[in-house]
Amino acid sequence: MEKSVTVAGKSASGLVWKGITEALFAAVIAFGLFVLYVGLKTDQNINNELVIVQRWGLLSVFVVIVAVARFLGVVFVRPYIDMRKLQKAQAGELDISAGKGFFHRNFLKIVLVFLVVFPIASVLLFGPQGSLKYVDNFGIQILIYVMLAWGLNIVVGLAGLLDLGYVAFYAVGAYSYALLSANFGLSFWVLLPLAGIFAGLWGVILGFPVLRLRGDYLAIVTLAFGEIIRLVLINWTDVTKGTFGVSGIAKASLFGLWSFDVGSPNNFAKAFHLPIASAWYKIFLFYLILALCMLTAYVTIRLRRMPIGRAWEALREDEIACRSLGINTVTTKLTAFATGAMFGGFAGSFFAARQGFVSPESFVFMESAVILAIVVLGGMGSLTGIAIAAFVMIGGTELLREMDFLKAIFGPDFTPELYRMLLFGLAMVVVMLFKPRGFVGSREPTAFLKVRKAVSGSFTKEGHG
Amino acid sequence: MSPVNAMSNDTLLKVEHLSMKFGGLMAINDFSFEARRGDITALIGPNGAGKTTVFNCITGFYKPTMGMITMTQRDGSKHLLERLPDFRITKEAKVARTFQNIRLFSGLTVLENLLVAQHNVLMQASGYTILGLLGIGSYRSEARKAVELAEHWLEKADLIDRADDPAGDLPYGAQRRLEIARAMCTGPELLCLDEPAAGLNPRESAALNELLQGIRVDTGASILLIEHDMSVVMEISDHVVVLEYGQKISDGTPNDVKNDPRVIAAYLGVEDDEVEDVIATVDHLEGGAN
Repeated sequence: MEKSVTVAGKSASGLVWKGITEALFAAVIAFGLFVLYVGLKTDQNINNELVIVQRWGLLSVFVVIVAVARFLGVVFVRPYIDMRKLQKAQAGELDISAGKGFFHRNFLKIVLVFLVVFPIASVLLFGPQGSLKYVDNFGIQILIYVMLAWGLNIVVGLAGLLDLGYVAFYAVGAYSYALLSANFGLSFWVLLPLAGIFAGLWGVILGFPVLRLRGDYLAIVTLAFGEIIRLVLINWTDVTKGTFGVSGIAKASLFGLWSFDVGSPNNFAKAFHLPIASAWYKIFLFYLILALCMLTAYVTIRLRRMPIGRAWEALREDEIACRSLGINTVTTKLTAFATGAMFGGFAGSFFAARQGFVSPESFVFMESAVILAIVVLGGMGSLTGIAIAAFVMIGGTELLREMDFLKAIFGPDFTPELYRMLLFGLAMVVVMLFKPRGFVGSREPTAFLKVRKAVSGSFTKEGHG
Repeated sequence: MSPVNAMSNDTLLKVEHLSMKFGGLMAINDFSFEARRGDITALIGPNGAGKTTVFNCITGFYKPTMGMITMTQRDGSKHLLERLPDFRITKEAKVARTFQNIRLFSGLTVLENLLVAQHNVLMQASGYTILGLLGIGSYRSEARKAVELAEHWLEKADLIDRADDPAGDLPYGAQRRLEIARAMCTGPELLCLDEPAAGLNPRESAALNELLQGIRVDTGASILLIEHDMSVVMEISDHVVVLEYGQKISDGTPNDVKNDPRVIAAYLGVEDDEVEDVIATVDHLEGGAN
């Protein structure tokens, strides 16, 4: 530490002094920011009167955390980072030239193997009942968002069309499955492609009016579209049962061979002489959504190497140049909307099969925003980056539910998951500060003559709508 | 006259009575000219004369207020460009263009830029994506052919060593050449270049001349270009059209135009009443020479 302090050109005491002043300054700012949000709270007393509750203790915890973090950052973290940079520069090591480790090179294979083994391992470790939490809450939940984000990535990341209403297609898929299965008794495997097709059609229907719009205007109209779908679902009570939602949706079966309904004669657990548990269905769903994710990834990777995928990316880079090269931008945009929406529809029908219940509450704007945030954080266009972002964001919020020890710090009424959005926002700000292009900012070229070189994020554009 | 245009004298592009109004502003006023097959036709004029507007009308980015633009292809089929949407002008009428402010796909590699330009051919080969996605049909061989065509143009434009770099990483002159190569990958019969030599140093300018001459000889494509650099215009063009305030003031071989007093007046800014003096002087000189 001593050495690093002198490297930074300041004496140790000077640095500590600087740390203290900056920490105090940060504490003052934190106090100013949090005093009204955390320090004061409105509540109702026994006479139903609104009273202000003062929470100076909680406020001081916030302020102290900020001050300590700032102090540590200035005194320890920053000199350490500077020292590492200096050492690297002295050794003549460049980030680009550094060889990749085994883990780095085989990252995708390792992840895939882990995902395949994960449900089995969690059953073996925690038993059928204990594995539910890991397979369902973490595994399935994260993979649903991975799939949604990969679907949205086609529209936003590749074609550069900012879509704030993506959850509408998710809703179309979910309600297609829920209603057709409840009213006509069709099976999951018939309705999965149908839900995708319906959502894709809605993608085209949305696509037509917004073709001429770009940038902010496009974002607003897609946002409105998402809300329209939700409001229709709420108000068209004859069909959708409004806010009550559709319940009792049939479970997906294992290709019709084995069912997961407890009463049925070909029950999966009975057929294989396993103890009756809901975990088997969840494990089946886990592999199902994993397969759907793989399908999304495969199609996306293949499409990028097809003329249509290149046209999408070209559209993101420069629409006018596209038109000058004879590319029909209307159909190109529509196919992007339809393809993205189709994957949203698949995910929606899966969601309905998993929950057994759908209501308009699951398809609020916040969902669109979260999916879009995952795409942006992951790095637009990068499947790996987006999967990592979904893992961090959704896994992180699920993890918050588990963090009971936080109650020891913040008091017994502290419910960590209520701070989900706060942490979500904080994570976004931090990632965008250090990685403005997302976790994976570079893009893989779709064709090459001699060497496949990743294109730096500083050359790619975000699209103008 | 160069031997190239002597052997083919039919009209490729015919612009008749073209007018373009922006609100109250008459950007182009009753402008007519013809470009012959195999020629390099230059469109010159002072800044703001309406040259780029003419280009935008020809390539469909603007819909002209009045007038008719006829493109006659090698096989004799005719297209009325003022009626086609922009992408079909490239796709069907075989007119490709470049832009005054370079418009490359900067985040795509040089090779990908050239592959995007072959979109329509590849799209058909891939059975509008569906067959290609399933691995049926001729997409693979067509894709290989597309890369070969891209390689051919990369060689011509001297960019083969940078094929796998992002287009945005190229120096300015190379970006200009890449844009021309990209337009050529669409297989055009008429190539419209909007100030291809702007911002180039003399050496790059010479390389550009060579590239353009090469295009004409190899593919038989005709070129229509807007240019301010007179060394380029005078050296390579067969036919020059001069535009001022949206109207044609001169039309002919480079030499004719160079000596046209109205052109000199337009460029050097002679007072109106002096124009007549200039004309008189020129007439006198010509008479003396005869």
